[in-house]
Amino acid sequence: MKYSIMVNEGPYTHQASDTALQFCKAALDADCEIFRVFFYHDGVNNGTRYTVPPQDDRNIQKEWSKLAEAHDIDLVICIAAAQRRGIMDADEAKRQGLDGDNIAPGFRISGLGQLIEGGIIADRQLVFGD
Amino acid sequence: MATKNFMFVNRKAPYGTVYALESLEVVLIGAAFEQNVSLAFIGDGVYQIAKNQKTDGIGMKNFSPTYKALGDYEVTKLYVEKESLEARGLTLDDLMDLTWEDEDEDYAEKPSIILVSSAELAAVMDEQEVVLSF
Repeated sequence: MKYSIMVNEGPYTHQASDTALQFCKAALDADCEIFRVFFYHDGVNNGTRYTVPPQDDRNIQKEWSKLAEAHDIDLVICIAAAQRRGIMDADEAKRQGLDGDNIAPGFRISGLGQLIEGGIIADRQLVFGD
Repeated sequence: MATKNFMFVNRKAPYGTVYALESLEVVLIGAAFEQNVSLAFIGDGVYQIAKNQKTDGIGMKNFSPTYKALGDYEVTKLYVEKESLEARGLTLDDLMDLTWEDEDEDYAEKPSIILVSSAELAAVMDEQEVVLSF
């Protein structure tokens, strides 16, 4: 089974990102494929490397990066949603004349077409949100 | 690329949160990818297509005219759940006049809004291959 995942909420405020992460791990353990994880709405906040939760709490952002590295998963942040919320990669920061970027390892910024493509290519598209 | 049945399920009021606005952005991209796109409006989502929206007082852009353009993107099926309308004291007359032009019938204007019961909407959802809820 090939899944595409959509994450619509940021970390910590909602459980959506935790649940999506746990689903991805369980799916991979069951030999399913994760074609892509697309972050939309406040979900784009999962992709800033400046996330510093207390030491006794989980670091959701790092968990996503680790998952991407271990399983070569495509983590895509919506550019329009990211621009509204200040999530930048180096190219975009430069283009906007900003003094730095904050995107986390394993994430990339792209357009909404990536979400639609995920729905077309995957057997199932799952939405994690409020 | 394959064509699938995409349904966008709109559940939230238009301005309390960003979901409605950002949902509409996905709908337009879905249509640009030439998918079979339909929309459902349930719960407070029915307010998204209410008539006479005015946003001057809250400092936000009134994006409701965009729904009128959906027909031009070949998004012609807007399912509105009857129970949700009724629970809010609304009727079809409270909703925008949303139409599309049928090229096969000399560009006749046809209504885009389809009023359905909860059970009928469930049957339509069952026909979908991708359901995105906002």
